[in-house]
Amino acid sequence: MKRVYADENWCIGCHLCEYNCAFANSGESNMVKALKDKPVFPRITVEEDNKITYAVSCRHCEDPLCVKSCISGALSNTDGVIKIDQTKCVGCLTCILVCPYGAVSQGMHGVVQKCELCLENTCGAPACVQGCPNRALVYETRGDTK
Amino acid sequence: MKRYVVIGNGISTAGCIEGIKSADKEAKITVISAEKHPVYCRPLISYYLEGKTTLEKMLYRKESFYKDNDCTVIYGKKAVEIDKVHKHVKLEDETTVSYDTLCIATGSSPFVPPFEGLDTVQNKFAFMTIDDTLAIEKTLSKNARVLIVGAGLIGLKCAEGIADRVGQITVCDLQTRILSSILDDTCASIMQNHLQKHNISFLLGDTAKKFDRNKAYMQSGKIVEFDILVLAVGVRANTQMCKAIGIEVNRGILVNDRMETSIEGIYAAGDCTEGNDISLGEKRVLAILPNAYMQGYTAGQNMAGTIAEFNNAIPMNSIGFFGLHAMTAGSYFDESTGGEVYEEKTEHGIKRLYTKDDLLTGYILIGDVARAGIYTSLIRDKTSLKDINLELLHKNPSLAIFFSEKRREKLGGVI
Repeated sequence: MKRVYADENWCIGCHLCEYNCAFANSGESNMVKALKDKPVFPRITVEEDNKITYAVSCRHCEDPLCVKSCISGALSNTDGVIKIDQTKCVGCLTCILVCPYGAVSQGMHGVVQKCELCLENTCGAPACVQGCPNRALVYETRGDTK
Repeated sequence: MKRYVVIGNGISTAGCIEGIKSADKEAKITVISAEKHPVYCRPLISYYLEGKTTLEKMLYRKESFYKDNDCTVIYGKKAVEIDKVHKHVKLEDETTVSYDTLCIATGSSPFVPPFEGLDTVQNKFAFMTIDDTLAIEKTLSKNARVLIVGAGLIGLKCAEGIADRVGQITVCDLQTRILSSILDDTCASIMQNHLQKHNISFLLGDTAKKFDRNKAYMQSGKIVEFDILVLAVGVRANTQMCKAIGIEVNRGILVNDRMETSIEGIYAAGDCTEGNDISLGEKRVLAILPNAYMQGYTAGQNMAGTIAEFNNAIPMNSIGFFGLHAMTAGSYFDESTGGEVYEEKTEHGIKRLYTKDDLLTGYILIGDVARAGIYTSLIRDKTSLKDINLELLHKNPSLAIFFSEKRREKLGGVI
């Protein structure tokens, strides 16, 4: 299955992936309208470690702890993609308690949001990867066991 | 064909069904459900009262779940006895269900102390099931005065759920702090202050001595008048059937990492069990939903002949009240128990990290809980503190706490 992978050798820490992510999931057609003067809720986070930067988003684990721990049945594994049904989520944040990558977060309305590989929005493929100026993010298949 | 039987129909049963089917696609499973409902999200009952979910959305799995998984569910009948010799389960109506392999997922029941005069109280409820919840809902009114006995997770979630629908809420507990199973005095008082801002008042270190219709006579001599009484003192694992046939039981049914009980072919999972807590290095009842699912799944895999272990269970809770979240995990070793504590107070909350013998063993976070799962994983994986950057660990949870090689491994492949 294709996933998003970050290469810290190429990441320049520009945070564009965060903005592209928030825009892609905003439902707006204009980036300025979607993001300007608004709190931004990306599903990918750029971390920094002593001048090294890299982006972290959902790993779409083969054995997802978040799905097993979800108290509302809102998280599910659909053909390997870990999805969240935001109408079922009540914002208990148990998935945040268990995700070893810190890759799920609370969205604007209190319920949880996470990377769904842009398969649920109009983008069709990860906006973070498409907009990465230095190709530090790639969308590809690596060594699936299933 | 192997006859799979599960007693109980909660989250661990859903896990068990999915675990069995992952290993035996042809399996046919019988589920004995005392409740007349398909598996639902039990911890959501307070969110239902709060209007954050509906009965339909509370279903844990889609409507076709049992059919899709070749399950026959016997609704509304309680299992009363296990015959380990003839391998069948007797139900309350004297019918029997035969099994080759059995999983006991009977959960827990509210513990009600023998209060004097409790029988004179008209509107009294437990807060464990959908039926409890719907019964409470019928009595709610803008002027109702509510007394909740028990300031634990169940009692306080109930308080939050009904806060906007009643006139007044008083919570009492014999303990001198709220949420005493997961918070210490300092952390508990942060949460208590927050709850008090939402018109919930507390009588701590005090509990009801006796009841007389709408009055509770407290140990302190106070008298609390109420219209609705919620009893949330505590829960007890349902272990009676197991005890009766000699299965080893302590506070819960004792299970190993494969969820086997002391009798071959009989497994147990969920709130009725007592399994290993790796943060403490002892067995204890870990009555939390993630644990129930993972135990159930593991039991199912083993019942179907796959060898599987669930060997990194720890206590962990995510609980929020009126927008303030608390997350706790593991065991809290302080100076008196050979551990070390790192503490940081923040504007609305607190961060506490507990370390012992080169390991992070537990934490308490109130307020900023973002990415706390990274801390949880350090406890579950027993990651040596030598393999991480301690300064960054204290700062906030991020993958930067791992050295770069480990981090590349985490981010570079399939997990």
